[in-house]
Amino acid sequence: MTPSRNTLGWMYEKMVASRHFEELIEKIYMEGKTPVFNMANGPIPGEMHLSNGQEPVAVGVCAHLTPDDIVTATHRPHHQAIAKGVDLKKMAAEIFGKATGLSGGRGGHMHIFDAEVNFACSGIIAQGMGPAAGAALSRKLQGKPGVAVSFIGEGAANQGAFHETLNLAAVWKLPMIVVVEDNAWGISVAKEASTAIQCNADRAAAYGIPGHYIPGNDPLKIYEVAGEAIARARRGEGPTLIEVETYRLAGHFMGDAEGYRPDGEKDALFAKDPIPNLRRLLVSDHGFTEAELDEIEDKARAEIEEAIAFARQSPDPKPEDALTAVFA
Amino acid sequence: MDNERKLTIARAMAEATAQEMRIDPRVFVMGEDIADLGGVFGNTRGLAEEFGKERVRDTPISETGFIGAAVGAAQDGMRPVVELMFVDFFGVCFDAIYNLMAKNTYFSGGKFNVPMVLMTSTGGGYSDAGQHSQCLYGSFAHLPGMKVVSPSNAYDAKGLMTAAIRDPNPVIYMYHKGLQGMGWLGTEKGAIVHVPEEPYEVEIGKARIAREGRDVTIVSIAQGVHHGLKAARILQDQGISAEVVDLRSLVPLDRDTIRASVAKTGRLIVVDEDYHSFGVSGEIIATVTETNLADLKAPPRRIAYPDVPIPFARVMEQYCLPNADKIVAAARELCGAVIPA
Repeated sequence: MTPSRNTLGWMYEKMVASRHFEELIEKIYMEGKTPVFNMANGPIPGEMHLSNGQEPVAVGVCAHLTPDDIVTATHRPHHQAIAKGVDLKKMAAEIFGKATGLSGGRGGHMHIFDAEVNFACSGIIAQGMGPAAGAALSRKLQGKPGVAVSFIGEGAANQGAFHETLNLAAVWKLPMIVVVEDNAWGISVAKEASTAIQCNADRAAAYGIPGHYIPGNDPLKIYEVAGEAIARARRGEGPTLIEVETYRLAGHFMGDAEGYRPDGEKDALFAKDPIPNLRRLLVSDHGFTEAELDEIEDKARAEIEEAIAFARQSPDPKPEDALTAVFA
Repeated sequence: MDNERKLTIARAMAEATAQEMRIDPRVFVMGEDIADLGGVFGNTRGLAEEFGKERVRDTPISETGFIGAAVGAAQDGMRPVVELMFVDFFGVCFDAIYNLMAKNTYFSGGKFNVPMVLMTSTGGGYSDAGQHSQCLYGSFAHLPGMKVVSPSNAYDAKGLMTAAIRDPNPVIYMYHKGLQGMGWLGTEKGAIVHVPEEPYEVEIGKARIAREGRDVTIVSIAQGVHHGLKAARILQDQGISAEVVDLRSLVPLDRDTIRASVAKTGRLIVVDEDYHSFGVSGEIIATVTETNLADLKAPPRRIAYPDVPIPFARVMEQYCLPNADKIVAAARELCGAVIPA
């Protein structure tokens, strides 16, 4: 399965958009946090988990999804949200804690919810898997189309929710895909120190479902494998577990000194940055011109800058609105 | 009365669920042993036969998985009714309950609703020890984002279940094992009452005066209401008129009814089968003392489960549980009655 030219352009655009979004967030996040780093200060307070480097997973999978399909994401959700089509302005405003945010500032960066495109995320490891299975069950019970994709990290594969939900999805043959973004690190603990087997995709065998491992952070390969899994789920043939080797170019969170990384690891990862790699490939193998790609980049960046400006200019929520929306 | 149709709480819960399933295709039921077995405590009996095992589905023993799934299904437009067999099992799945079910409405700014019912059994008194006998009312009611109800009789059980299924919010529906009408758990006859056949709602958040009285207010929920009613009958013979308030709902809490009753009687006893400290009994007392301190003729009292894990041995468990005698003794003290040696 090879993406169409349009899809390739879309994938590149969303990867660039996600990266630019995070570049700007990274810069703004540090406002008010120097010279002394205090997480509570600045226009974007709180924890910040950047996803740069992991964009190929988001676009390779979401290229196959419609707004009606369901995605549950993690505490590191920006790339997935952007690829799923979450409203950029409202998402940016939510990250700034503004009244115009998706949730009026109640959730922030770890709780991005956009009902328009069936996107939700949450801050606890493997937590989105159950809801994804339930949404898949909902579609099955209603006889309505739709697949649910749960993105998790490789650290989540050691959680109870991971195993419980895979069993549930398998025994009920739910239209669900679990995508493990293996960025090699659970905060500071390396995968090999936390996980009894090398490849989490092998764990699919325990539940009698297909499991695939995709090395190389390669968006086209991810596109291909995810496409087959999603088509299979749409045919009613049940869930698939996919693990993708990807790279976390930033720390676990902003402020992470990353002392746990071996010397030279970061440089090596940046040398494999998937965005320039894809750009080269689009020119060499897929007939894109440099001018065309520049145009795509400009468009993506402009849209992001507009979203960030919207967030900056938006008003704070009324403090007393904290007391609303607990119940429907 | 000849035309009375008396049901157990178990049957009333099943009837309400069946009636909602008939009119609303979004309603489905899942949990452990709820299909062929009809629920360990009888509250889903007959549903699998009528609606089939797609809509009434047994789950793996996997509470984190299936309660998390219920959240996702509810957000996607379904109305799951889910069973957590014993409330004590919340220890393996509270993340799905509290961090997802109870918070997603808020974190989504009201854009995602989570209309689901989590039914769960509570209560002891039959020597099942401390992992199968707790009430934990306060643990759930303490945490924002979920409604919490618990019926004391079959009429309320049906009406609260209907209201819970129709509610756009998550509702924890706690049913006391001692009131289910399952012979093997003992049967509280006072819980088996007339239940109309047609569907009806009991408003969530409205307490009920289970018995009117002048001298002392006994506030409780579920099994404790029956202890209170028994105590009130004994007290009546001793010249003390006790009012019994059946809360029916902890979240929202009908504070007005509690305050109005205490304004009338001037004395308050809270009966709570949940743990003594940091729980429902303290909240009820604060409800009165924060705003209506002057109404009290005597310090409020609570008869609650002591702060110990629930023991197995019959004499030990019975010693710890609230009962009518403890309520009678407290009421007599509060009313200044002479306590016989």
